Amino acid sequence: MSAHLLTELTVFILAVFVGFEVISKVPTTLHTPLMSATNAIHGIVLVGALLVAVVASPKLGPVLSVAVVFLASLNVFGGYVVTERMLSMFKPRETPTPRDGAKR
Amino acid sequence: MPAAAVSAGQIAIDAAYLVTGICFILGLKFLSHPQTARNGNRISMLGMAIALVATGFLLDWSSAWWVVAIGLGGGALVGIYSARAVKMTAMPQMVALFNGAGGGAAAMVAAAEFLHLNPGGSALSWDQSLPIILSTVIGAISFTGSIIAFLKLQELITGRPLTYPGQQFVNGLIALAVVGGAALTIANVDTVPAYFVALGAAALLGILFVLPIGGADMPVIISLLNSFTGLAAAMTGFVLGNNVLIISGALVGASGTFLTMLMSKAMNRSIANVLFGAFGKVVAGAGGAVPGATGAIREATVDDVATMLAYAKQVIIVPGYGMAVAQAQHSVRELETQLEKRGVEVKYAIHPVAGRMPGHMNVLLAEANVPYTSLYDMDDINPEFPRTDVALVIGANDVTNPAARTVASSPIYGMPILDVDKAHNVVVLKRSMKPGFAGIDNPLYELPNTVMLFGDAKASVDLLVSAVKAL
Repeated sequence: MSAHLLTELTVFILAVFVGFEVISKVPTTLHTPLMSATNAIHGIVLVGALLVAVVASPKLGPVLSVAVVFLASLNVFGGYVVTERMLSMFKPRETPTPRDGAKR
Repeated sequence: MPAAAVSAGQIAIDAAYLVTGICFILGLKFLSHPQTARNGNRISMLGMAIALVATGFLLDWSSAWWVVAIGLGGGALVGIYSARAVKMTAMPQMVALFNGAGGGAAAMVAAAEFLHLNPGGSALSWDQSLPIILSTVIGAISFTGSIIAFLKLQELITGRPLTYPGQQFVNGLIALAVVGGAALTIANVDTVPAYFVALGAAALLGILFVLPIGGADMPVIISLLNSFTGLAAAMTGFVLGNNVLIISGALVGASGTFLTMLMSKAMNRSIANVLFGAFGKVVAGAGGAVPGATGAIREATVDDVATMLAYAKQVIIVPGYGMAVAQAQHSVRELETQLEKRGVEVKYAIHPVAGRMPGHMNVLLAEANVPYTSLYDMDDINPEFPRTDVALVIGANDVTNPAARTVASSPIYGMPILDVDKAHNVVVLKRSMKPGFAGIDNPLYELPNTVMLFGDAKASVDLLVSAVKAL
């Protein structure tokens, strides 16, 4: 195994632990937005798509180049917009009702 | 690549990628509370923008700018348009579709890299070929699997499990072809044909492993596919030697795995059982040794139920997939408002696997302006049922089935459920007496404190709203 691969493996495994740690704090009420937010994050594969398709000697033919960038871009933009839409709907109880006020 | 060859420009780009990784982690951290979640998503967007701009410096704009214009521009347009247009009830299939797009892209990037490194079948070292084959296989499974999940959720193909004799055997053979092709690719034996065998078999496996999954098990599958795409993206990072892909993919892989485990725990089933059990196909035999089940059901009128609700002290609403199908969330919210006007305490009980994806009900109710502070998790709400006057079950079935507590022979025995049967009165809104997705009778309907109100969930709730208003 190359030293390079070992370094990458280190990054990967530490990121998995960070992922578990951070995600376990997300309340169940936000699990759908969480899924859609992580969905948008794996759209980062768009970086990979650009790096194989939009270079001096592309590693894919023109049709496949457009296809791979399109798919990844769909993932990024769709993912973020859907997440934003969902999160904008989550509201606490806006104005306390008189009943709540009386209890305090 | 020797470290000495790294230019200042490359270092700047790698530093930008590090910032992106930090943004993603912070973005997820901010999701730990509904009030900060929106900012979290924006931090995550910022991170994505930084990574894309940094990548822009590595690209050859003169020859291939049109790929960006058509591919990225087109993807952005379609993505933004469909994300805005989609109804909240169709969210699970939308997420599945975007997930599949990412998985497909990851597999294609790996394939491009493979064909580039190995044009004539020359030898690759295993630390090149292993990540390539993993990214390809996992990405392909995620791509086709997500498309099938989308078709099922959109009801373009049946949501019921599709099974045939020898299914496990066939799937086993295909899985073997995936493993075999992968092994031969890594061992540099007939590399190119072996690679495409693995790719094709993985794509086929994605289709065949989702087909037998019933709708009620979709939360597990959606989570699992999410985790797959994350892992595929991370593997692509290994292929390209790109840390931001590795970090982001690992975060998503961990998140998807976490949700998958949570969902299967909430059904008291192993992931293997979900994948291979074809739940909902087997119709359960004897329904009933639930104490108190009378064997007869009682039907109530709208006015009976309205009166019961209006004079209650506390009502707990238990929504399920039926509420989503009928798009009844706004009517339910209206009913809540009417009841609260009369001084009734209204709470919502959300089972972890209610609906078709994790947290599905919460999003629908949020859309209808129900404050998230009124939504309660199973563990928090269960102790409340014994002091609740009315439990109003709207389109939920298996997650309220008391057989899960008492009937050892029931397929859902041991699954944690909402204890609606412990409420003083239970009202079940249901289209008909058809059993739920798991195909199991629900003895809840035969309990002496249960009444049924048949009809479309939205229509029934609308009738209840006007009846409560008229009281």
